[in-house]
Amino acid sequence: MKCDEEIVELMHEYLDEEIDPENEMILRSHLKSCKDCETLFNEYKRTIAVVKGTSRMQAPPNFTAKVMASLPKEKKKVSMQRWLRNHPLIAAASLFLILMAGSVFSTWNQEREFSVSKQENLVVQNGTVIVPEGEVVKGDVIVRNGELRIEGEVQGDVTVINGEQYLASAGHVTGQIEEVNEVFDWIWYHMKRVAFEVIDIFNEGEE
Amino acid sequence: MEALIKKRIKQVLKGDQDAFAEIVEIYSNSIYQLGYRMLGNRHEAEDIAQEAFIRAYVNIKSFNQDLKFSTWLFRIATNLCIDRMRKKKPDYYLDAEVSGTDGLTMYSQLASNSPLPENELESLELQESVQKEILKLPEKYRSVIVLKYIEELSLNEISEILDLPLGTVKTRIHRGREALRQQLRYV
Repeated sequence: MKCDEEIVELMHEYLDEEIDPENEMILRSHLKSCKDCETLFNEYKRTIAVVKGTSRMQAPPNFTAKVMASLPKEKKKVSMQRWLRNHPLIAAASLFLILMAGSVFSTWNQEREFSVSKQENLVVQNGTVIVPEGEVVKGDVIVRNGELRIEGEVQGDVTVINGEQYLASAGHVTGQIEEVNEVFDWIWYHMKRVAFEVIDIFNEGEE
Repeated sequence: MEALIKKRIKQVLKGDQDAFAEIVEIYSNSIYQLGYRMLGNRHEAEDIAQEAFIRAYVNIKSFNQDLKFSTWLFRIATNLCIDRMRKKKPDYYLDAEVSGTDGLTMYSQLASNSPLPENELESLELQESVQKEILKLPEKYRSVIVLKYIEELSLNEISEILDLPLGTVKTRIHRGREALRQQLRYV
């Protein structure tokens, strides 16, 4: 090789795409005048082209699956989250149920206060509702969170929610007597009421 | 692309293993390719590529999310390849005696009409001779050449992957280029 290292250095700069325009001019004019350097330069370029031209390898088809199978196991929480994401319908249904239950329970809690349906002749004493002896109460009697003592007559149904009712021997109820104490009873009572209301609506519609 | 990778990494960091599958899918070919060009056979390439992805997954917490993920992944894979190359010893020597035989060497195990390596080289396809020449390069030139011309990474990225100054990377590429030129100029 007659030419000095400087020109070879410029060739490498060119191949690294880091040559500045001034040096590129020097290199180009030198290559035009020097056959040996031109050959060397072309050999470099050809070598690079050949190496770059090697076919691209493909990883084996099941490669990703193999890697995934070899990973340490993930936490439960995340797989649960992903399951929910992949089953939106079930997730939505469960969310609906949870909200429903929540609202039912909150209504249950809200209705902890003592209340009684307004009717004439009912006497209220310290959270106890009394149907006095010899009196007649017309219509359904509903007592929440309190006791009901029936000494007279009730012309209708009696419902005691979260409390107790005592029917004295002289007392009389024309309709049904119902006591609702536990949450599930209460829900059942609610459902029945809703169902009856719905039936009523239909009945009214037919009339 | 980088944005997608960043998103997946965040999911993996939260513990979502499946998000890692996409990352593997995207880089599997280039990492496998790196292994194949560095180590010279498919089995080891697959082995090393798997190992690289598993290590990346296990150490994902130590990945600095401001950096390029591919650089980090290539660093893991390249280091594994270099370790493997250093530890690698030939599985057998042709002139070593085959155990259990009396004076029989591996030479006698070869089919008698198989061509000599020199003749073989001429008949090999260009692809294979390039691969052979790459594998002949000393490890420090081989890694830069593979990263530069097979993986087509920038000099700066290579410098980051190999944790070497840019000047060193350039010198190695120049030497590697020169060695390959001498071998490949007539192909």
